[in-house]
Amino acid sequence: MTVDIGLTVNGVRHELKVDPRTTLLDLLREQLGLTGTKKGCDHGQCGACTVLVDGVRKNACLNLAASLDERGVVTIEGLGDEHKLHPLQAAFVEHDGFQCGYCTPGQICSAVGMLAELKSGLPSAVTADLKAPAVDMHEDEVRERMSGNICRCAAYPNIVAAILDAGKA
Amino acid sequence: MRAFTYERPVDMAAALVAIGRPGAKFLAGGTNLLDLMKVDAETPQHIVDVSRLPLDQISEENGGLRIGAMVSNTALAGDQRVREHYPLLARAVLNGASAQLRNQATTGGNLLQRTRCYYFYDPSTPCNKRSPGSGCSALQGYNRIHAILGASDACIAVHPSDMAVAMMVLDAEVEVQAPHSHRRIKIADFHRLPGNTPQNDTNLGAEELITAVILPPPPAGGQVYRKVRDRASYDFALVSVAALVDLDGERIRSARIALGGVAHKPWRALEAEKQLAGVPLSDDAFAAAGEAAVKGAQGHGHNDFKIPLAARTVASALTEAAKQRKA
Repeated sequence: MTVDIGLTVNGVRHELKVDPRTTLLDLLREQLGLTGTKKGCDHGQCGACTVLVDGVRKNACLNLAASLDERGVVTIEGLGDEHKLHPLQAAFVEHDGFQCGYCTPGQICSAVGMLAELKSGLPSAVTADLKAPAVDMHEDEVRERMSGNICRCAAYPNIVAAILDAGKA
Repeated sequence: MRAFTYERPVDMAAALVAIGRPGAKFLAGGTNLLDLMKVDAETPQHIVDVSRLPLDQISEENGGLRIGAMVSNTALAGDQRVREHYPLLARAVLNGASAQLRNQATTGGNLLQRTRCYYFYDPSTPCNKRSPGSGCSALQGYNRIHAILGASDACIAVHPSDMAVAMMVLDAEVEVQAPHSHRRIKIADFHRLPGNTPQNDTNLGAEELITAVILPPPPAGGQVYRKVRDRASYDFALVSVAALVDLDGERIRSARIALGGVAHKPWRALEAEKQLAGVPLSDDAFAAAGEAAVKGAQGHGHNDFKIPLAARTVASALTEAAKQRKA
C-alpha cells in the first residue's frame, strides 16, 4: 500500500507516494535528499531529528509521513544557508555551540521552536509563576526547554549561550 | 517496522467503523505507538489515524473543564484555566517528556501510553504484558524502575504517565465512545492492576475511542506535583506525588494523594488521606501519611529504595501543599 500526500518542505511543494511506514525523518533524508536532519536514536529520545511542523518543533522520527498530508515542514536547510545564516545559526558559530556537529541541526530547529513557545508565554517545568502571562528568558528556562536535545559532546554551556544571545534579538 | 495499512477517517463515526478491522489500532500523536512499533513491541496491521478528529478543544463544563482527547500536552499545560485552577496538572504535564514530545503527544494518548519496562520493549526477552504466558523478566532481573505497590507475579511494570497521576488526584473522568454507546469511566477505574492479565493496561474496550477527559470543578486547597527522577529534566518518574491539602485554620480539612512510578496504574493513597482528615497540622501527621501511603509496599531488590523515597516524597509534597494554602 502507498499513501498519496502533499507536503510543503522549506517552501517547496511536493506530491509524494509514501509507504505508510515511512517516517518524516526517513522521507526527508531518503526521498527528498535533505540530509541536514539527523537520525540519532530514532525513538524521540535525542532530538537530533527535530524539525518544525507548521512552525512547531517535533521529532521527525515519531511522525508518519502519511499523517502529515498538507502540512508544512521546515528543516535546517530551510532556515538559512552559508550566505545568509539564520540568527540562531550565526549565534551557534559565534559561541562555538558544537563540537562534532551531529546534534546541531536538531538543536537549532528546536531553539527556533522554543523561542516561539517562550514568546507566546507558554510555561515550562521551571517557570515559577504559572499564572504569569509572560516568561522571562534566562539560563534555567533555556536548559529546561532544550532538554529534549541531547549533545553527546556536551557542548551545553555554549549552546545555552548561543540561544540566550539569539533570543535577545 | 512491520507493514501495515493506513487510513485517516473523516469523522468519528468512520473511525469507530475502521477500528473494527483485524489488528486495527488508533494513532493520535504516535509518540509512544510508533516507538513501540519500531521495536516490534506493537504490531498493528491497520492504523486508524484519529489525529485530525475535532477533539482538540478545552471547554468549560459544569464548573470544571472538558479536555478534548486530541488536546496536545503543550496546549493542556499552557491553557490559562488549567494554569490558574489546576496548577498541579499543568506542573505534571510540564514535567513529562520533552517539549518536542509534548507538542505532539495528546491527552488521550498520554493515558494509553505503555510501560517503559525495558523487558516489555525487548522482544527477545519474556514479558507477560507483551507476550502473555511467556513470563516476567523483571521479577528476577534489573527492576530499579519497577512497581512497589499492587504488582503481581505476572508483572511488576509501572504506568509511566505524570498527567494521569494529576488527573487521579483531581477525580477526573474519561469519556469514551463506542460505535453504539458512550460512557464515562472514573480515572481510578480506567487503568488496571496487572493481576494475571498484564497485557490489559486499561478497562477501555477494543472498539472504544477516548473523546475527552472531564475535570470536576477546581478543588479547594494547595496543589503540588512533585517528581523525583534520575535526571533534572526529561526522564520518567522514579516516584511522583500529586498532593492536595485544604486547611481549616491549623487543622487539615482534607487531603488527597496520588502516586506515580510505583504501580501498574496511578496510585491513590486513600488510607493516608483518611488518616489526615480533621487532624491538627503537623510534620508528624504528614510523615505518618507518607508511611501509610506505602503500607504493604514490596520491593524487588533494585527498587527497594522506592519505598522510603515514596513515603518521604508524599510527606514533602503534603507539607508544601499545606504551606501554599497558608501563604
